[in-house]
Amino acid sequence: MIGRDLLGIEDLDRSEIERLLDTADHMREIGEREVKKVPTLRGRTIINLFFEPSTRTRASFEIAGKRLSADVINFSPSSSSTKKGESILDTAKTLEAMDADAVIVRHEVSGVPRRIAEVLEAPVINAGDGAHEHPTQALLDCFTVRQAKGKIDGLTVTIVGDILHSRVARSNILAFRKLGAEVRVAAPPPMIPPAIEETFGVKAYTSLREALEGADVVMALRIQNERLEGAFFPSVREYSATYGIDRAKLQYAKEDAIVMHPGPINRGVELSHDLADHKPGVILDQVRNGVALRMAVLYLFAGRAPRWRAGEGS
Amino acid sequence: MTPSTPETPAARSRAPSSEEAPHEGPVVGVRTLLDDAGISRSLLRIAHEIIERTADPERLYLVAIPNGGIPLARRLARGLREVADLSVPVGILDTTLYRDDLHTTGNRPALRRTEMPSAVDDHIVVLVDDVVKSGRTIRAAMDALMDFGRPRAVQVVGLVDRGHRELPIKLDYVGKNVPTRASEQVQLRNSDGEEGVLELVIIGAPEGDAQGGES
Repeated sequence: MIGRDLLGIEDLDRSEIERLLDTADHMREIGEREVKKVPTLRGRTIINLFFEPSTRTRASFEIAGKRLSADVINFSPSSSSTKKGESILDTAKTLEAMDADAVIVRHEVSGVPRRIAEVLEAPVINAGDGAHEHPTQALLDCFTVRQAKGKIDGLTVTIVGDILHSRVARSNILAFRKLGAEVRVAAPPPMIPPAIEETFGVKAYTSLREALEGADVVMALRIQNERLEGAFFPSVREYSATYGIDRAKLQYAKEDAIVMHPGPINRGVELSHDLADHKPGVILDQVRNGVALRMAVLYLFAGRAPRWRAGEGS
Repeated sequence: MTPSTPETPAARSRAPSSEEAPHEGPVVGVRTLLDDAGISRSLLRIAHEIIERTADPERLYLVAIPNGGIPLARRLARGLREVADLSVPVGILDTTLYRDDLHTTGNRPALRRTEMPSAVDDHIVVLVDDVVKSGRTIRAAMDALMDFGRPRAVQVVGLVDRGHRELPIKLDYVGKNVPTRASEQVQLRNSDGEEGVLELVIIGAPEGDAQGGES
């Protein structure tokens, strides 16, 4: 049985990941209906608690909750009470007192969702914490690959970009490894964490060409150029020339390789313009699948017999 | 676009093959209620009844409740072709997300597939289920169906009516009425996927064995 909270891929085993993906498979059909709504979480309240700005992930969770008939409340404390000195845990507690059936947390500091989960009765879902994990992004990426390739076992997945600072990379490495894929990472040397090969069972490359050789999946990560330029690579132009994916470099991967990106894309940096808009591509599938996957997450984690109903605790 | 991933083993668990032993604990006895030929005969009789009672059979639309309803609806559609040369659409409608016990139990059953090939508006929808007991699945199926449009009428086929109704639901077409104890299980077994050999069995459970019936 799946646990109470979804804090990271690190806590899930293979069968739990597969259960989430199988559930998402069925959730996708609801998005194709004229009435895109089922009554499953009617009367439940889901709180989007985003300490760090986010448009896509927050909207995706919000649509997912609404398709399951939950009431979804968006709360961005950066613009309210944390400025008044209220602690993160107090904020979370206050929200729970509003009878939340699940709290979805994003924070710029690693480990905050786990800390909140320790003090809340409601299930906590990690929507991205620092450079730690972004489990629903990795699950929707696995879901998209399984849909495009029919399987994950035995595939070669190459992740290109800022591995060191990326929670998307970390969660994806864990998820694809647990599902039996070979994972490679490619980046300028300062962006590859030390001992990554031993710790995560991946192969690290500084040569993009070698990393792409025979790859089934090429995943480009977003470069936060405003934050990194100068410190980790000389210039965006140089990064793009060496590690940006375009048609010419894609020739090294398998002929039927798919190109993924968690968005938002810096066009002409991580991906060339033609690849970003390539049809049929899977990048928009990633967005669509994100809603189905998050519906699966909410179905399996939110609103499960609260403790006060069972006559225990508060 | 239809999901390309094959149905998972978990999704099939309600209609196990006869090699598997789904019932654990002290089995009092397994008795066949209907064999494959008997099931086909019942469905053919039901096909005749449907034609007799339906003024406008071109508007018929069969909707199977997975997993047991799927092979039954396929056979019923074949029966309607034989009896009246009708080509009736067959849909599949999972009721799991419409169940009324998700919150009270906290259980999260595996989802099954939904495939509705065309609109149900103005059609005479015939829901097809294997075993009807409490009526709660049929209630959920009706709610789900309304999300797909406005049928002209909704009718229900149950291969077995066990009694023990908890909601005001009655069947329009019944394969076999089987008075049962609540503790017993009635299962449609399927030897192979959706087109295999069917067998309807009753499994006697010891008295007092509390089981969550969902039919």
